[in-house]
Amino acid sequence: MDFEALAACLTTAACVVTQTTSGLIVGMLLFLVAAGVTLIFGVLKVVNFAHGTFYMLGGYVAYSTLNVTGSYTVAVLAGALAMAAFGVVFERALISRVYGSNVLMQLLICYAVVLIFDDLVKIVWGPEFHAMGMPPAFQVPPLFIAGGVVPPFYAVLIAIAALIAIVLGLGLSRTRLGKTVRAAAINPQMVSALGVNTTLLFAIVFAIGGGLAGLAGALAAPVRSLSPGMGFSILIESFIVTVIGGMGSIAGALVSALLIGMVRGFGTIGFPKFTDGLIYIVMIAILLTRPQGLFGRRQ
Amino acid sequence: MSGRPALRDALIALAALVVILAIPFFHRSPAFEDFVIRVSAMALFATSLNLLVGTTGMVSFGHGMFYGFGAYAFGLLMQMTDLSLPVAAVLAVAMTTIAALIVGAICVRLGSDYFAFVTLAFQMLFYSIIISWQSLTGGDQGLRGGIPRREIFGFELASQLHLYQFCAVVAVLGLLALRHVTESRFGRTLRMIRDNEHRAAFLGVVLWRARLGAFTLAGGFAGLGGVLAALFVSGAYPELADWPNSGQAIFAVMLGGIGSFLGPTLGAMILLALNDAVTRVTEYHGLVLGLVILISALGLRRGVLDYLRLIRSRRAPSGESR
Repeated sequence: MDFEALAACLTTAACVVTQTTSGLIVGMLLFLVAAGVTLIFGVLKVVNFAHGTFYMLGGYVAYSTLNVTGSYTVAVLAGALAMAAFGVVFERALISRVYGSNVLMQLLICYAVVLIFDDLVKIVWGPEFHAMGMPPAFQVPPLFIAGGVVPPFYAVLIAIAALIAIVLGLGLSRTRLGKTVRAAAINPQMVSALGVNTTLLFAIVFAIGGGLAGLAGALAAPVRSLSPGMGFSILIESFIVTVIGGMGSIAGALVSALLIGMVRGFGTIGFPKFTDGLIYIVMIAILLTRPQGLFGRRQ
Repeated sequence: MSGRPALRDALIALAALVVILAIPFFHRSPAFEDFVIRVSAMALFATSLNLLVGTTGMVSFGHGMFYGFGAYAFGLLMQMTDLSLPVAAVLAVAMTTIAALIVGAICVRLGSDYFAFVTLAFQMLFYSIIISWQSLTGGDQGLRGGIPRREIFGFELASQLHLYQFCAVVAVLGLLALRHVTESRFGRTLRMIRDNEHRAAFLGVVLWRARLGAFTLAGGFAGLGGVLAALFVSGAYPELADWPNSGQAIFAVMLGGIGSFLGPTLGAMILLALNDAVTRVTEYHGLVLGLVILISALGLRRGVLDYLRLIRSRRAPSGESR
């Protein structure tokens, strides 16, 4: 614990800017993954333990696409679309078979998928770390905001994630599909009785969730390195985000993802060895005061 | 069913124990003995989890915390004090039980989804503490330097045979005690809570108190499993308290059967045997293990022992149904 360093950081604008940026990056990527988790849970009542795998595969698909096409835009889109398709296949082939059964059955299926794909990634891409590298357009000197270092790629990343948060929020509240999804979250039988094809709807929800996770993986690839177990840690953190925000709430996921991002950003200064522990403490504290999460409905 | 199930259970346990203890007198196999030692730790861990999952209907994702707690408490007690081994083991289990009581007191009133995640959060908090409290726990290197296996009553635990016998006796007694809990009045109350908590509450069961009791007991027995694990590896490692380890216990429970008392033990055996067999053949054991889990989960849709019982009850529809 190093409170002096933390205090020193909080009083210098440069440090605050740098740590806020890194916190925002963590938070926004986390949001993209957690949004899928919370959406899938909200509508299907399925806790998707395989969501980290979507993130990992998104990153690897983007990596390979970049090597073939040389275009970052294509690579990111490929990562997102491939995982949207993968989400549909996963839902149809596996998860749809255990709807309504024990949550542990779903856990078992998902864990099997995690094990299988961690090894498949090892077979295809090798067990070593891969670095995707910054897009050439961003290999420029960083921006300096109030003395703090902000790489331009970070700024773009945050902007893209923020844009998606807005599109997702508007899409859910304004469009017909979004309203159907929200209705299905409250009463799927009624939605089905009203003539909506819920089978298709569930597949779409998995496509959106998978696509977002794939997008996050692809966007994160230049910032973080790719490795076969990378889905594990993001999975745990996205669960924390989902639970803190209130399971099923997109707005809650955004707020708590940013909160966790900030705890990470500033926690590394004050508690370099205990940042993870700090996050669990935050989670426990919030759930003890608001058991349904920040934005959750009471059960 | 006979009038004295407790006596029947004790006889079964005694018979199993005699068989296990007799095997080394006919055939010594270090690999087999290692396997039994590991199964004994894992079986206690998984069966104690099933007291929550199968008997009470509480899905905890953080059960590995108590397994790790037991291992670290025992390892530290043996390294830092001169206590004899049984005293240190009992103390370690008592400390784990208290830890479970504290965590449980905070968690048991939460809704089921949140309960699962908060227990996981506590486990990960414990894991972070192990990693960051380097001066006490050795951090990510684990508790090294070995656990002194002091002899008890001329019993040298440094010898593999004696460790095998010790672990077998502890595990069988532990499982028997857990069986006793599940079959007691308290166990019946827990099953009633699982099946219909409103009815249970209406009949005067204080839900949180019963759940807390189950959680505390389960934590204590997981701690006992952790003690055996620490004896086997002669140390304690953060992985014991990490979440994949909780996952392993859940899979043991699910593979063997959530509705049968010996299901988790069978699951632990299957899981460990599978792990060993696959690791020998290929380095991609996750791939094979994953496929096996998928096939068994989607094919049987329940644990092996539950499946066998279902078949049996279908064959004899008039027989006892439980």
